[in-house]
Amino acid sequence: MIGLDVLYLIGGTFFAAMALLSGADRENPKRLGNGLFWGLLSVSFLLGSHLGDLINGLIVIALALLAGLGGMGHGRPATTTPEQRREGAARYGAKLFIPALVIPLLTLGGTFLFKAWTVNGQHVVDPKQATLVSLVLGILTGLTLAMIMIRPRPVVPLQEGRRLLDAVGWAALLPQTLAALGAVFAAAGVGQIIGQLAGSGISGGGPLVAVIAYTVGMALFTVIMGNAFAAFPVMTAGIGLPLIVGKYGGDPAIMAAIGMLSGFCGTLMTPMAANFNLVPAVLLELKDRYGVIKAQIPTALLLLTGNTVLMYVFVY
Amino acid sequence: MSLWPLLGIAVVVAGFIARFNPLLVVVAAALVTGIAAALSSGVDGIHAVTGTIETFGKAFNDNRYITLTWMILPVIGLLERAGLQEKARDLIAGVKEVTTGRLLFLYLFVRQLSAAFGLTSLGGHPQMVRPLIAPMAEGAAEARHGDLSEKTRERIKAQAAATDNIGLFFGEDIFIAIASILLIKGFLETNGIIVEPFQLSVWAIPTAWLAFVIHGVRLLRLDAAIARETPPPSAPAPEVEA
Repeated sequence: MIGLDVLYLIGGTFFAAMALLSGADRENPKRLGNGLFWGLLSVSFLLGSHLGDLINGLIVIALALLAGLGGMGHGRPATTTPEQRREGAARYGAKLFIPALVIPLLTLGGTFLFKAWTVNGQHVVDPKQATLVSLVLGILTGLTLAMIMIRPRPVVPLQEGRRLLDAVGWAALLPQTLAALGAVFAAAGVGQIIGQLAGSGISGGGPLVAVIAYTVGMALFTVIMGNAFAAFPVMTAGIGLPLIVGKYGGDPAIMAAIGMLSGFCGTLMTPMAANFNLVPAVLLELKDRYGVIKAQIPTALLLLTGNTVLMYVFVY
Repeated sequence: MSLWPLLGIAVVVAGFIARFNPLLVVVAAALVTGIAAALSSGVDGIHAVTGTIETFGKAFNDNRYITLTWMILPVIGLLERAGLQEKARDLIAGVKEVTTGRLLFLYLFVRQLSAAFGLTSLGGHPQMVRPLIAPMAEGAAEARHGDLSEKTRERIKAQAAATDNIGLFFGEDIFIAIASILLIKGFLETNGIIVEPFQLSVWAIPTAWLAFVIHGVRLLRLDAAIARETPPPSAPAPEVEA
């Protein structure tokens, strides 16, 4: 069965290639730091399941220290000039879009297909990982099509990939590390503490106060955790169920649906939701690391107000 | 109830405000939280440290799949090398009716609608926004105003990313088999409340409309902001009365 093992093998090989090319890049004075960073990540991908929890933990700490103490620089792989790119755009035309669009389309199609595909009653692809397998398949297919069309030397896509990966830098690892932080918060009971504090603080305030505390609490705790999924059980157990449903007789489905969406308003406003807010700022080469968040805050605040009104009107 | 585990939250807030390296801040917060929780429940010093590193290491290892996304970079980089962004710009610059605001408005609509049908993978920052949507949005503004200021470029690119996020977040909850709906259903069930996914997704629709209206209006007003920052190069000089 094709599952995460195969994907981690492919990913580990990719990061190993990034490490080797980084280490050999004489344009980057900190090439050893970059080589070490992507090399450690490659080790984590290839061997993570065999190293034990303590070693894996030490790897994360090493990666963070390397990034945080300025150990990484920017690789400068050779690429094309703006003139050459305009020539390329004229030569290949709209065909350039095909490999790019194949990726989301195959991700989508593969997700449906792989969930259903069985041989002798056995799944060929792990149905729980159908989307990820499809994404990697889409990437490899898109890459093959682009290689056939553009015909570069084989190392070119890896070097172009490294150009972009070095632009993202340590931020590439932030979403995964934040997910791990969420697990530590959960194990330490951070959520329960917050939920109890919030619930006991507003218990005498009436139905409107309960709704406001719930929607705003969802948004605020999502800002802290970076993820509405982590905030939802906490706020719903602390405020939603005991007060809105229990004390004031609100409808649990309406409360939960709009409550989760209030959490999403928080996701729009926090650097802790790195893959939505910080990573695109780096990918788009924004000068302001918080540029995407600033663009989202007006929408998020208006929508949070709207959600609070919606919930108050419909939940009771 | 011990409040010590909340120390990690303070580390996160202080670290982000002081603009320390976020990766370092997150790792520090995890260690502080875990160690504080273990110490306050009576674990001795050395085991509090190793236990925390183990919990963190295991969770990091279990979440490796998140980082797989970066494997898309070689194909995107190769296509950019061959002129993908330039082609995306040209394509939009050729259609006179398209402005930055209208283009992003259309993208918001498509992203939200496709997410509502569960097609959440049709979009995303490395796949769609960087190679296609952001260059198109810039190209539409360039076609009208010529060269753009740094500030205007930043504004347009940030809005392109924001539009992708908002379209995704406030579309996907209308789809009944999405993770958040299943999480809500599961959580309510463990508390003895049975709800159907359909009830939850129906109540995502009012917020979805509200998000579309709020962000849509902001996008349509974006063109005016761009015009204020960058007057069209062909604008005739105001006539001076003799």
